[in-house]
Amino acid sequence: MATQSSRTAARFMLAPAVVLLLGWMLVPLTMTLYFSFKRYLPLRGGDQGWIGFENYVSFVTSSAFWPSVMATLIIVGGVLVITIVFGVMLAMLLDQPMWGQGIVRILVIAPFFVMPTVSALVWKNMFMDPVNGLFAHLWKFFGAAPVEWLSQASMTSIIMIVSWQWLPFATLILLTAIQSLSSEQLEASEMDGAPFISRFIYIILPHLGRAITIVLLIQTIFLLGIFAEIFVTTQGSFGTRTLTYLIYQRVLESQNVGLGSAGGIYAVILANIIAIFLMRIVGKNLDA
Amino acid sequence: MGRIQLKQVKKAFGDVVVIPPLDLEINDGEFVVFVGPSGCGKSTLLRLIAGLEDTTAGNIEIDGQDATGLPPAKRGLAMVFQSYALYPHMTVRKNIAFPMKMAKMPQEEQDKRIASAAAALNLTDYLDRRPGQLSGGQRQRVAIGRAIVRESAAFLFDEPLSNLDAALRVGMRMEISELHKKLDTTMIYVTHDQVEAMTMADKIVVLQAGVIEQVGSPLELYRAPRNKFVAGFIGSPKMNLLDGAEAAKHNAETIGIRPEHISMSKTEGTWQGTVGVAEHLGSDTFMHIHGIPGCDPLTVRAGGEVDVKHGDSVFLTPQPEQIHRFDKKGLRIA
Amino acid sequence: MARAVTNNRKILNTAAAWTIGLLIFFPILWTILTSFKTEATAIADPPVFLFFDWTLENYSTVMDRSNYGRFLWNSIFIAGGSTILGLIIAIPAAWSMAFVPSKRTKDILLWMLSTKMLPAVGVLYPIYLIFIKLGLLDTKFGLTIVLMLINLPIIVWMLYTYFREIPGEILEAARMDGATLKDEVLYVLTPMAVPGIASTLLLNFILAWNEAFWTLNLTAAKAAPLTAFIASYSSPEGLFYAKLSAASTMAIAPILIMGWFSQKQLVRGLTFGAVK
Repeated sequence: MATQSSRTAARFMLAPAVVLLLGWMLVPLTMTLYFSFKRYLPLRGGDQGWIGFENYVSFVTSSAFWPSVMATLIIVGGVLVITIVFGVMLAMLLDQPMWGQGIVRILVIAPFFVMPTVSALVWKNMFMDPVNGLFAHLWKFFGAAPVEWLSQASMTSIIMIVSWQWLPFATLILLTAIQSLSSEQLEASEMDGAPFISRFIYIILPHLGRAITIVLLIQTIFLLGIFAEIFVTTQGSFGTRTLTYLIYQRVLESQNVGLGSAGGIYAVILANIIAIFLMRIVGKNLDA
Repeated sequence: MGRIQLKQVKKAFGDVVVIPPLDLEINDGEFVVFVGPSGCGKSTLLRLIAGLEDTTAGNIEIDGQDATGLPPAKRGLAMVFQSYALYPHMTVRKNIAFPMKMAKMPQEEQDKRIASAAAALNLTDYLDRRPGQLSGGQRQRVAIGRAIVRESAAFLFDEPLSNLDAALRVGMRMEISELHKKLDTTMIYVTHDQVEAMTMADKIVVLQAGVIEQVGSPLELYRAPRNKFVAGFIGSPKMNLLDGAEAAKHNAETIGIRPEHISMSKTEGTWQGTVGVAEHLGSDTFMHIHGIPGCDPLTVRAGGEVDVKHGDSVFLTPQPEQIHRFDKKGLRIA
Repeated sequence: MARAVTNNRKILNTAAAWTIGLLIFFPILWTILTSFKTEATAIADPPVFLFFDWTLENYSTVMDRSNYGRFLWNSIFIAGGSTILGLIIAIPAAWSMAFVPSKRTKDILLWMLSTKMLPAVGVLYPIYLIFIKLGLLDTKFGLTIVLMLINLPIIVWMLYTYFREIPGEILEAARMDGATLKDEVLYVLTPMAVPGIASTLLLNFILAWNEAFWTLNLTAAKAAPLTAFIASYSSPEGLFYAKLSAASTMAIAPILIMGWFSQKQLVRGLTFGAVK
C-alpha cells in the first residue's frame, strides 16, 4: 500500500504530534529534574544553589513521607479491590438476560461522567455531613450517633467516593470482556457437567484475567494521581495525604520547589514502572 | 489501446524476492488469466500492473509508454477488487460516477454512461441504494460498472468471484465473458480456480512462486503442459502422475495420464487395481484405484453411471496417444 | 451468553440489577431532586424525596449571583477548543500511522500513550512557572493548550484504531479511479471516518470537561471552568445544599447525556485496545 511518495508525506503528517508530545514530556520534566537538585524556595530566599541529592533524601526521610505512602497504598488498594470485585460481580449480573438492561447500564455507568469536584462535594455535604447529610439521618433513624465521616473515617470516605466514581469504568470494561467470551465454551463445559462455581473459576475468571489486569493497571495510573477529591474534602488532613497530594503541597502550598520536585521525580518513576507493564500488554495487542 | 508489456519486472519485499525478473506480453483485446496456487504472486503481479505496488526493478509499458513510475491514477486502468471495495457512503449511482468525476467528465456524459452501464448490468433499479443494501452479486456488478464507465486501456480483476456462492459464480463468469466480447477491451483476470481460467481465458499465465511456468491458450495448456506443475494444475481432477517402472517403460522419469483418458474394464487391461472411494455424480463417476504401481491412488473418470463399488477389482488401460512424458527435471519430453 | 432462561431467573436478574443500578445512580438522582428544593427542605430530617414544593429559585440564584455563565463558557471553550485543536493535529498523525505504517509505528504509538501516564504533579511547578513567564496563567488559551496535550495521546490512539478499520482496498479503489491524495482524503477517507472522528470528539470533550487537576491549579477568577467553580463550594457560607445541587446539576447534565452515548468509545479510548 505504501509507495515512496506516500512515505514522505506520512512523515510530515506525523511530525506535529510527535514534536508537541516530545516537548510536553521533555521540557517540564527536565525542569523538574533541574529543580530537584537545587534548594529553591521562591517565597523564602529564592534559588539557593545546588544541593545534589539532598532533596531526594529529605523527601523520603521526612516524617510525612511514609504516612503518605501508606495513605496512597490504602486508598489506591482499597479502590482497586472494591471496583474490581464488585465490577466483576456487576458485570456478570448485567450479562444475564433481564428486562431494561439498557437502562440499568446507563444507571451504572453514570457516576464515571460526573466531574470529580461535583461528586466529592455531593458526597461530602449531602451524604456524609454529620448534621445534615443523608447518612446522618439514616444513622439517627436506627438510633445510632452519626459518623463524622471526613474526620473520623476519612480514608474510608475518600475510598468510597473514588470507588463510586470508578466502579462504572471497571464494570464497563469487564462487561465488554465477558461478552466477548464465546457462549460455546461455556456450553461445552456445561455438557461436561461443570457446576456454575467451576465454570466461573476455570473458564470465566481466566478469560477475564486479561481484562482485570488492564483495569488494574489503568486504574492504578489514574488513581495515583487523585487530586480533586482530596482537595475539596479533606485537603489532605486526617491521614488522607497521598503521595501526590504531599508533592502538591510541597510545591504549590509551602513552595519548597526543590523538595517537591524531587518528590515529583519519585512519582514519575513509580508511574513509569506501572506504565511499562501496561504498555507491554497493549503492545502485544497491537501486533494482533 | 490495451497493449501491456512487462520487461524484466522484479518485486522484492525487503530481502524476500517474491517475483524474480519476469517478461510478459499482453495484446490488445486479450482476456488474460493469471492462475496459480495461493502465494504464487499473481495478485502481486496484478497490483504491479495497476501501480498499487512499486516494482523493485524492470519496466511496465502500457501502449508503448513507460508507465513504471506512474501512480495508479494516471495509468488509465480500471480494477475490480476481490472485496468489491465499493464506497459505502455513496449510492450506487455515485459509486459508478466516481471515476468519471475524478476525470472531470461533463455531467451529461456521466449520466449517459451511468444509464448505459446500469442497463447492461441490470442495476437500473438499484441506482439510489447504498452498497450495504445490496446482495453480493449486485455489489459485484456495481464494482464492474464502476470499472467500465471510463475508457480504460485494460480492466484488472482480482479474484472477483471468490466471495460469491457457487451458483452465482457460474452466472457471473458468463456475464464477464460476454462483457469482454462486447467491449473488446484487454482484461487481466486473477484467480486460483483453474476452471475459471480454462473457461474464460484467451491466454493463461500459470504462475508458481513468482515464476511464469507457462503461457498459452487453455487448450494448449491442457494438451501440452510444459512441466509437471502445469500438468498437475490444469485439469480437474488432476492428471495422474506415475514414476518408477511404469514411467521407465515409456522412456521417461515420470508419465502423466488424465483421469478422462483411462478406460476401465472388469476383465482385462494394462493395469489391475482395487477400487477405493467411488464418487457417483450421475453425470460422471470418479473412481480412486489402489494398487497401481507408481501412483496411489490413481483417479479414473468415466462418463455416466458406472456400477462399481469399494473393493471391486478392475482393469485400467490408458490411451497411449494421451500419455504425457516428463524427464528428471519435470520438463515435458516431446 | 444469551440463552433461553426461565422467567423466574429473568425476574430475579431484573430485580437485582435494577436495585443495584438505582443504588449506584442514587447520589446523582438525589442531587437533581435537591436542586429543586428550598434550602430548608434540602436538609430536612426525615429527608424528603419527591413530594415537596418544587422551585427553580436555586437555578436562578446560581446563574445570576455567581456569574455562572462565564464558568460555563470557559468549560465549553476549553473542552471544545482542546478537543478540536487535538483533532487537527491528530488526524494527520493517525492517518500516516494507519495507512503508511513503518517499522517504528508501533513504538511511536506506545510512546505517545506513555506520555499520558506522566503524573501531573511531576510537572506541576515547571508548567506553573512557564505559564507565569508567558502570561498564560488564568487564561482560557493556556488551559486549552494543556488539556489538548494531555488528551492528544488518546485522540491519536482512537483515530488510529478507527482509521485502521477502513478497508485499505477502498482507498486503493479510489486511486485506481483516478483520485489524487487530496481527492482520496476529501471524498473517500473523511466521509468514512466521520463516525470515528465524532466518537473521538465526544469522549475527549467529556474527559476535558471533567479534568480536575490543571483546571484547579492553573486558573483563578477569569479562566476557571465549572470544575473550579464547583470546587469553590467546598468552603461555603451558610446553607447551600440546594444551590450546590443546582450548580452541580447544571455542570454535569450535558456530560451525563453525552456520556450515555459514548460507552463504546470509552472502552476503546481508555483501554487502548487491550480489551475488545
